Amino acid sequence: MTGAVTAEHEHDTHEEKTLGFWLYLMSDAIIFALLFMTYVVMVNNTAGGPAGRELFDVGHVFAETMVLLASSITFGFASVALVSKSKAGVLAWLIITFLLGFSFVAMEIIEFLGMIAQDAGPGRSGFLSAFFTLVGTHGLHVSLGLVWIVVMLAQVAVKGLTAPVGSRLMRLGLFWHFLDIIWIGIFSVVYLPGVL
Amino acid sequence: MRRIRGAAITFSTALLLSGCSMPALTPKGPIARAERDLLFDALGLMMIVAIPVFIMAFVFATRYRTSNRKARYTPDWSFSLGIEALVWLVPALIIVALGYLVWTATHRLDPYEALASTVEPVKVQVVAQDWKWLFIYPEQKVAVVNELVFPSEAPLSLDITSDTVMNAFFIPELGGQIYAMAGMRSHLNLLADEPGTFQGRNTQYSGDGFPHQHFKAVATTREAFDAWVEEVRQSSQELDAGTYQKLAEPTIGHSVTYYSNVEPDLFRKVIAKYAARTTGARGAE
Amino acid sequence: MLGKLSIDALPFYSWVAMGGAAVTVFGALGVFALVTWLGQWRYLWDEWLTSVDHKRIGIMYIVLALVMLLRGFVDAIMMRAQQAFALDSQGYLPPDHFDQIFSSHGTIMIFFMAMPFLTGLINIVVPQQIGARDVAFPFLNSVSLWLTAAGTGLVMASLVIGVFSTAGWTGYPPYSGIKYSPDVGVDYWIWALLVSGMGSTLTGINFAVTILKRRAPGMKLMRMPLFTWTAFCANILMIFAFPALTVACTMLALDRVLGMHFFTNDAGGNMMNYANLFWIWGHPEVYILVLPAFGVFSEVVATFSRKRLFGYHSLVYATAAIALLSFTVWLHHFFTMGSSANVNAFFGIATMVIAVPTGVKIFDWLFTMFRGRIEFSAPMYWTLGFIVTFVIGGVTGVLLALPPVDYVMHNTTFLVAHFHNMIIPGALFGYLAGYMYWFPKAFGFTLDERWGIRSFWCWIVGFYLAFMPLYVLGFMGMPRRMEQYNVPEWQPLLIVASLGAVVILLGIVCLVVQLVVSIHNRLEARDLAGDPWDGRTLEWMTSSPPAPYNFAIIPQVESRDAFIEMKRRGTAYSHPQQYTDIQMPKNAMAGVFIGGFAFLLGFAVVWHIWWLAVVALLGIFAAITGRAFNDDTEFVIPASEVEKIETERHRKLAIARKHYGHDDQTPVADPFPGGAA
Repeated sequence: MTGAVTAEHEHDTHEEKTLGFWLYLMSDAIIFALLFMTYVVMVNNTAGGPAGRELFDVGHVFAETMVLLASSITFGFASVALVSKSKAGVLAWLIITFLLGFSFVAMEIIEFLGMIAQDAGPGRSGFLSAFFTLVGTHGLHVSLGLVWIVVMLAQVAVKGLTAPVGSRLMRLGLFWHFLDIIWIGIFSVVYLPGVL
Repeated sequence: MRRIRGAAITFSTALLLSGCSMPALTPKGPIARAERDLLFDALGLMMIVAIPVFIMAFVFATRYRTSNRKARYTPDWSFSLGIEALVWLVPALIIVALGYLVWTATHRLDPYEALASTVEPVKVQVVAQDWKWLFIYPEQKVAVVNELVFPSEAPLSLDITSDTVMNAFFIPELGGQIYAMAGMRSHLNLLADEPGTFQGRNTQYSGDGFPHQHFKAVATTREAFDAWVEEVRQSSQELDAGTYQKLAEPTIGHSVTYYSNVEPDLFRKVIAKYAARTTGARGAE
Repeated sequence: MLGKLSIDALPFYSWVAMGGAAVTVFGALGVFALVTWLGQWRYLWDEWLTSVDHKRIGIMYIVLALVMLLRGFVDAIMMRAQQAFALDSQGYLPPDHFDQIFSSHGTIMIFFMAMPFLTGLINIVVPQQIGARDVAFPFLNSVSLWLTAAGTGLVMASLVIGVFSTAGWTGYPPYSGIKYSPDVGVDYWIWALLVSGMGSTLTGINFAVTILKRRAPGMKLMRMPLFTWTAFCANILMIFAFPALTVACTMLALDRVLGMHFFTNDAGGNMMNYANLFWIWGHPEVYILVLPAFGVFSEVVATFSRKRLFGYHSLVYATAAIALLSFTVWLHHFFTMGSSANVNAFFGIATMVIAVPTGVKIFDWLFTMFRGRIEFSAPMYWTLGFIVTFVIGGVTGVLLALPPVDYVMHNTTFLVAHFHNMIIPGALFGYLAGYMYWFPKAFGFTLDERWGIRSFWCWIVGFYLAFMPLYVLGFMGMPRRMEQYNVPEWQPLLIVASLGAVVILLGIVCLVVQLVVSIHNRLEARDLAGDPWDGRTLEWMTSSPPAPYNFAIIPQVESRDAFIEMKRRGTAYSHPQQYTDIQMPKNAMAGVFIGGFAFLLGFAVVWHIWWLAVVALLGIFAAITGRAFNDDTEFVIPASEVEKIETERHRKLAIARKHYGHDDQTPVADPFPGGAA
């Protein structure tokens, strides 16, 4: 087994995994599309309960959005550091991304708890079920992304920036930016019409 | 087309004479008849493709068996523009014809469309319950459980909802079915040719009492209908919110029950229990 | 501590249910005892359960499918027996038990018989057909298998602990909601589907990438064998359709567990949304089941007509067209929901359009037979039976696509007859044809032809006896899912239908006998050359069973039907100058653990045992993370080892060529080494 063959093999695997991950993201995108569809169908089914207009705090959501977008940028810096083989850079930017992502999830939980406290939990109406499920599914994805970042921090620290680790970081990046795009959708479909 | 339909109808009549009752093939009203005719027309059209397949399967399988060395053998022949064109175009043309049938028939037989008739339709509000049917006659202000009586000369205009899980209201001899869903109102128009008694039922599985959820649909003369309404009005029972609540409890094999008076607007209230607005698959109304 | 679980969960409510539980428990114990007695746990664990070899995974899928075919069939014959008797009486099954049986029959046959069967065939065949050594993600393949097994386990567990859903295989709310179905049955159904559906999505991704990236050099897309094409389209459908099922089931679970209002009657729920979501998955699912079977028929009909497949391009485009169109027709499953005439007509026409490419396929197969030299092997019988019978199902399907006709036939046994008429010949016959066609490839000896043909005749006669009466009963207005009925005219036809089920039972017995007889005769029936049918495609180039790496040298593909071309040119079995090392994936235990924890997770949520759910989730997390840290997932088969294997293969090939078509007594290895036999 020559070194060249191994490198080529590694390269093929990386390409296959990237394609596979794209297919997964497309599958996941359909989940979100259907959740969006359900939300749009149910947005008026408030069953006498509060509507979005009465519940959404657009300032809070705007701050959430900024935090998440910032985390996408910081992940971009981590990717740049990966290209320049800077282990310390990757670690630092990943930690910053993690903190931003964590803040986002925390802000979302605060929003949810606030709504539940005013008797506007997911069991209140069809509209709120659809809202909590759509936004919550995104939040769950971000949380899993956070777990993934922690795992990758450990891998970078222990294994260094090897080819498989770099390949994984690249897919984590795809995942992270994908969640950003979904969030833009949520912001435009859920929150903006709710307050306009 | 006419001939195929005629033959099919003769065949189904023969089956009928041999003792089978085939409501879908022996319609007792114009809607059901139109639906059956559509079935046979489509069946006839498709035979243009289906029969050659049966023949070819049989002929090719016997003629080109290995032991028949006289048959031609062309191991590398795998394309023929003529055949390809034929197998794409003929089914496509049939589908075009069928598509035309679908478009016109679906609009003509839209269950929501009022039927053309010189006689005012009889309005009945239908509520599916576990496991029985409640029929409210808003104009006559009476209600009946598990019996639907109407004059055969007037179209039957049904508003349908459910006070339980999804049901499907179906009287096969008079025409197609439609779902009954809680918080929603669906609509069905039917017409009988002449007086007769038919079985109607729920066809959407709904739990333990589902097999027993059938009712008698009786088309009568106008006089008999009026007499029947009078009979219902003699009943000692009335249907108000309280008695309705009791009636809605699950029962199996509920007997035919007459209510001489009905709380006004009961049907709308049954729907409003679940939904602020009356909606259905066709949106708000 | 145990959530809702208590001693009441055991099936003491009826003798029949206790019988089912006993068979399940003793069956499992029996298998456990047998493996222990034979001392084969280590072999089973090392060689099979933890294997990431696509051929072994494929075999395990098919074993699962065949076992579940038995279970699903027992459900079927119980229903037929009940309806044969239950005129104005309760028969022998109480309503809630009958309702569980029709729900589990549909669920099992679709998710735990058909899906594993087709996934198994794809696993065994596709990598070999495209000249690959393995799938793109061998470990993920193992995870998919064990998630499917976990889902199956949940359905089987419901037989012993608690009850199964009574809401039918479609689980329509509000009936399946917590208000009308308060017991755990629907939860079992939901979690079995969610867990196995996850496995199917991963399978779809895995094989789509495998087919796109792992084809041998020279195998352009338009040179791929048709089975690979149909598998590819089915995999794409899995990736894009299964999310809809995941969403529908998750929302139903949220309604049931967290009191949400997606599909409830009150508080703004909307059950029509469920119908849409479910069938956005459900209709493509029909083609996920049917397309791979179409692929099998394409391979079989060309091989046994000794002729090139007629209209290859048409067949490919038809397959792709069917896959695309399958997403545009879902509403025809509920024409009677009251949509406007425009909407119903649109979906009716869209549905009929699918009949065009499907019809084209039928004609292309027929013209493949035209001017061929048809050999009536068992797979060919299934194919011919399919062509004739499937056309009837297609015709009744187009009838149901006319909304006004559907208003009359919907929810009746006509509908039941129609979809069995599509799925039994269109899917199951294809899988059985594939099973008999590729069995020698997987095991190294051919299946007994006579018992295979006997099985076919029983199946097809049984099919017509069982389902033609249901068409007639549909015209008589008989609804589906009737635990009892009050119309005496229905009974004679229902008795005929139950006789049909008995004939199908004989067909299943023939399948079992075929397997037993073939194992007994395995030495005489061994497939030394790896090419028992004079095959046309690359999977027949490998030995039977293939070496772990399938191909010592990756073949160079020059044309369609690559292998038969190589045989003609005499390059099929050439020796290479020298062999090289081959890198292969190592076995992995994580797949089994992930499946096991997924089963526990499902079980825990069904019974609201929350601590166990947390433990299971942590277990899954640990297994995935542990795997993610492992970069040493491959091993090398050295060139010398490859050479040894290939030399032995060429020795067998020489024997096969010398004695082609004759029995011989040359000593060769038992194709079932080390096994129980």
